[in-house]
Amino acid sequence: MIIKDQNLNPKLFDKDVEQVPIRKGFGEGLLRAAELDKRIVGLCADLVESTQMHLFKEKFPERYVEMGVAEQNLASVASGLAAMGKIPFITSYAMFSPGRNWEQIRTTICYNNQPVKIAGSHAGISVGPDGGTHQAVEDLAITRVIPRMVVISPCDSIEAKKATMAAAKTKDPTYIRLAREKTPVITTDETPFEIGKAQLLFEPAGGARADVGIIATGALVYKALKVADELEKDGKVKVKVLNLSTIKPLDEDAVWRLAHETGAIVTVEEHQIAGGMGSAVSECLSRHYPAPIEFIGVKDLFGQSGTPDELLEYYGMGERHIKEAVKKVLLRKK
Amino acid sequence: MDDQKIKLLAEKAQLIRQSIIEMLIEAKSGHTAGPLDMADIFSYLYFHALKHDSKNPGWEYRDRVVLSNGHICPVLYATMAHAGYFPTDEMKTLRKFGSKLQGHPHRDFLPALETSSGPLGSGLSQAVGMAIGEKMDFGKTSSKQFVCLMSDGELDCGNSWEAMMLAGKEKLQNLTVFVDRNNIQIDGFTEDIMPLNPLADKWRAFNWHVQEVDGHNFRAIDGAYTQALAVFDRPSVIIAYTIPSKGIPEFERQYEWHGKPPVTAEDISTAREALHIVRTMGGKVKGEHE
Repeated sequence: MIIKDQNLNPKLFDKDVEQVPIRKGFGEGLLRAAELDKRIVGLCADLVESTQMHLFKEKFPERYVEMGVAEQNLASVASGLAAMGKIPFITSYAMFSPGRNWEQIRTTICYNNQPVKIAGSHAGISVGPDGGTHQAVEDLAITRVIPRMVVISPCDSIEAKKATMAAAKTKDPTYIRLAREKTPVITTDETPFEIGKAQLLFEPAGGARADVGIIATGALVYKALKVADELEKDGKVKVKVLNLSTIKPLDEDAVWRLAHETGAIVTVEEHQIAGGMGSAVSECLSRHYPAPIEFIGVKDLFGQSGTPDELLEYYGMGERHIKEAVKKVLLRKK
Repeated sequence: MDDQKIKLLAEKAQLIRQSIIEMLIEAKSGHTAGPLDMADIFSYLYFHALKHDSKNPGWEYRDRVVLSNGHICPVLYATMAHAGYFPTDEMKTLRKFGSKLQGHPHRDFLPALETSSGPLGSGLSQAVGMAIGEKMDFGKTSSKQFVCLMSDGELDCGNSWEAMMLAGKEKLQNLTVFVDRNNIQIDGFTEDIMPLNPLADKWRAFNWHVQEVDGHNFRAIDGAYTQALAVFDRPSVIIAYTIPSKGIPEFERQYEWHGKPPVTAEDISTAREALHIVRTMGGKVKGEHE
């Protein structure tokens, strides 16, 4: 059952659950953070509305820099602004930032230790019709591997807003992963959020011990919750669902405790299996509490055009795939 | 700038060259040509033009220096040491484990640096970002100058041109770039590897104020920098024509010295001999070591 204290959306499992693009929460969070802190500046590479930075631009035109389609410059100019005491937010599609400008992010932002916040929009395969060139399913891997980088993958627009406002207050280079498509709203303003803290959203009723722990991140947290709800109704398998919105620093405590309790983990993310959130979880568990893991994610493939649902089904990230993974990991459990 | 000052800057430049050679021989790796050819400009900047305080490197109103082509850091380190940023003894630790003087500049190890650098083509972007940040806060009334030093070879990088375009668009009058036009890069002469000419026209086309000077003539450097400060509607670039490995005649103008230090006995002896000439200013004065 949904954990009450998390104050999730009461209409979570309704057919008409409210759906909002995750990137929208970023736009609202940036605007709010900028109202509170004059040091915040915004830079965008010719995608100001797509990335939802237009809200900030309209309110603070003097703190906005239009970069043109120049993502390498986007990252390194932001580093210079940070060196002068600014807190720059930079936006483009995730494929281009942190995709195209990875070395500039590594050297001029992280190696230089400047507090630049990178918002990568249109991440994941659910960008859909644009096709494989625009479907960033490698961004978590390439950001979490850089020293000093904080990596956040919010599950809905409200969490994206909180993550953006929280990132604005830290001195860390930070990557915030955003999705384009409308996504069911899972959380509310009252749901707790803290960078580096995973949130347990679902647990077996009556404090029973869970058989499997599902760890999800980003938009697929919703599908993980749906699966958990259905499994509960079936009454055969008891699961817990952990929303791992901060991929780095990893909430190792929450991850190994879940493995300790359940002895079987399924990770769910809209990202290549190699190098993503599941990899981070397995790096943690192989050190602290080895347990079988099934990985839901892209299996070393490029995407293609289609609707988000078609693509998630084709590439094995649908609800039925999560259920199958739960069954499979149960069989492997000692 | 009077003759007295020019003499002082020339002496500092020779001191910097000596240190570069000593550092490279000791380090047994690193770049030779660029550091030597930029010694005059570094001397001009740190001992004449810049507002800076080596005893208070974080001074808020200092001019900002961004070294984009980080591989010529021996000249930056030698200049900073002679300007009092750290003890000159530490120069011999270049490229050694735990040293402040990393193979390419790193702020974690030497916090007085404005940026960590090395990968080519992004230093100008960082200087542009700094200048934009300053302009957001102080408009055109700021007295801070933003100086970016870069190589001609790194103009192969697309990132450099992205930065040039933005600086032109933002009319960053507080930004001055020195391009070390030594015509060499690691694999050969720039015009063979990837032609840059007509280089001045290219910068001009990106809405920059362009000057071309002899990078070893202090009066010319000073004239150009002074003029750059007076330009009010656009960023300035000073294309400084330099002789690679300036100061060691046997190494001069040879691109092979771009990326290697003197390591063979013969090269070290050539460098030391040149060092002797440098120290004695061509036999005009008695060297301290004699």
